[in-house]
Amino acid sequence: MSAILDNFWSLLALKILLITGVMMTVSLVIIFAELKISAHMQSRVGPYFAGGRYGWAQPLADGLKFIQKEDLVPADADRPVFKFAPMVVLAGTLAVFVIVPFSPDLVVRNLDLGVFYALAAGSIGTVGVLMAGWSSANKYSLMGGLRAAAQLIAYELPLVLAVVGVVIQAGTMSMVGIVEAQAAPVFHLGDTAISLPYIFQGQFIGFIIFMIAALAELNRTPFDMPIAESELVMGYLTEYSGIRFTMFFLGEYAGIFAMSAIASTLFLGGYYFPGLDSATFGPLVLMGKVGLLVFLIIWLRWTLPRLREDQLQSFAWKWLIPLALVNIAVTATFKVVF
Amino acid sequence: MTTADRQTLSMHHSEVQVSVELQTPDMTLNLGPQHPSTHGVLRLVARVDGEVIKELEPVVGYMHRGYEKLAEVRTYPQITALVNRIDWVSGFANEIPFMVATERLMDIEVPERAQYIRLILTEMARISNHLVFLSSLPLELGAATPLMHALRERERVLDLIEGVTGGRFHPNFNRIGGVKPAAAAGATQKKVVQDLPQGFVEQTKSAMEYVREVCADMVNLVLGNEIFMQRTKGVGVIPADKALAFGVSGPNLRASGVPFDLRKTDDYLPYSNFDFDVVTGSNGDCFDRYAVRLEEVVQASRIVDQAVSEIPAGDLQAKVPRIIKVPKGEIYVRAENPKGEMGYYIVSEGGRGPYRLKIRTASFSNLSVLSWLLKGQLVPDLIAILGSLDFVLGDVDR
Repeated sequence: MSAILDNFWSLLALKILLITGVMMTVSLVIIFAELKISAHMQSRVGPYFAGGRYGWAQPLADGLKFIQKEDLVPADADRPVFKFAPMVVLAGTLAVFVIVPFSPDLVVRNLDLGVFYALAAGSIGTVGVLMAGWSSANKYSLMGGLRAAAQLIAYELPLVLAVVGVVIQAGTMSMVGIVEAQAAPVFHLGDTAISLPYIFQGQFIGFIIFMIAALAELNRTPFDMPIAESELVMGYLTEYSGIRFTMFFLGEYAGIFAMSAIASTLFLGGYYFPGLDSATFGPLVLMGKVGLLVFLIIWLRWTLPRLREDQLQSFAWKWLIPLALVNIAVTATFKVVF
Repeated sequence: MTTADRQTLSMHHSEVQVSVELQTPDMTLNLGPQHPSTHGVLRLVARVDGEVIKELEPVVGYMHRGYEKLAEVRTYPQITALVNRIDWVSGFANEIPFMVATERLMDIEVPERAQYIRLILTEMARISNHLVFLSSLPLELGAATPLMHALRERERVLDLIEGVTGGRFHPNFNRIGGVKPAAAAGATQKKVVQDLPQGFVEQTKSAMEYVREVCADMVNLVLGNEIFMQRTKGVGVIPADKALAFGVSGPNLRASGVPFDLRKTDDYLPYSNFDFDVVTGSNGDCFDRYAVRLEEVVQASRIVDQAVSEIPAGDLQAKVPRIIKVPKGEIYVRAENPKGEMGYYIVSEGGRGPYRLKIRTASFSNLSVLSWLLKGQLVPDLIAILGSLDFVLGDVDR
């Protein structure tokens, strides 16, 4: 056993398998949550029969159905690009999980540039979306792909700038380091040391900006213009079917999980919860925080209409980016002064 | 050779490549006939530059069913079944102007009770039509939840219509000279006494309460939503003069600030007995079109409330001959349908069916504004504007 674990390559393979397995399961759970939550918000029941109780097997059944469907490639499509695009999207999201710390030790790799890596890997997906839009030989797909690209340019900046505040405060870019910095006591109340996550340490605005930008990055309502089924049919997904559509679909929900995990690590204290042993309860604590954010994202989706592309751009450039810059300036000032 | 050309020639090869301007021809985007937001088989051929519409031409006719021609080979009672399929979202309201036109040609006085029942069902059709509209515009803007809330209450109204007529969408309930005795009376009963189902008045009143409640919800959830306002305010503005010039009618016209309502001006049904307001907007944008319809639902529910309390007793149908023959003549009767002005022009040669039937539908005229309205708009706004005009393809193509 230890021989397998000591070998770099076999360990790597194990880690990849584990991440992929966990990710897919988590995606299915989030899909199920979305089905059920949206149903209850709309006074419906939602999936009910699949799996016997509560329709818990509905996402699985949907997945099996998708696998059986014909994998269509349009005649005019750029075949290699068309076929490769879903993998880029999925791989981009999966890659983010390398640095998500579930506990001090349960992290695939604790990179020194963890935050930087997460943001970089997170935006790979958009390349896949652009590939899909371009190669589909469909005008709706093309417009969807271009919208996604425009959205990336507008929202990657506030996303990064919002994180800079946290990085300044923590003094490190390592994800584990950031959590440890939040676990460190801020002040003492009698004998008890009080530690606060960054959302309560002046990064509240940063958190809001990060979540808004993350919604745009994930193409979720109110920023789901690249898919916008009432305008662009299904945007860049229009021509996809079967397993490739499933990959986009899983990628979307894995992306929700990834973004929520990053947000809870950066702003909500990640696996750390006061009074709980991080090594044992870390994964549970993180999942709880992620669950809250996922619920928030689902809630927004079923509440809000969608913005227009130009409104989104002006919102990003006129409000979010200046606000994020002010946030950085204030954080940096406090860091130097105190 | 111009100076620019000479400059180009004198440049290094790679510079020449760079200095060539990018060719960006406009793209022709063919929305429909199959598209999620065209409410059926409307086709819009748009020349777009990026997302800006340079030129747009609506192509209609994919749903042409030839009702005007079919009417020429059918008898008057048979045509009822045709006309309530024109605008299937408000089926009952389509029957009224045709019936009134025929009755006026034949000089038949319709009993008051029948007129009241017609009026109640017409207003219910208006409510159900507007609730579909109120749910579909937010859906097109990306909000799926108002749909469920509005359709849930519409179901109550449809249940009532079904209770009276036996049909949810296509009641086929009007008879020349009145309305059909209620659905519960089977063919075996020679003497039909029943008309409205038991408990109809109470059920209607409680349903109207629910409808008003969902309207109040919609005011808060949709009209008060910041994103909804951003997407609809100032979008797709039809000024009053343009609206009149294009023959726009109904709520779309009133949203532009023209207080024109055939229920107030014409007397095809006894609307003068009831107290209701003509709702008008001020800007004529998508937001106003939504707000006007929302308020119209409330007004319609007020009319229904008054009508069910005051409904007089009496016959359901005037005395009519067994075989209906309409005397020679022609007539045009128009009515305020949920989607706008609907009119029937009947030419009778004295036979059992019309010699010629011309149907004027609201959606067709309302759509004529599209080419003018959508020039220079963005593709996302196109969807908002289409949704806000509230049309049904059956009503466009007939």
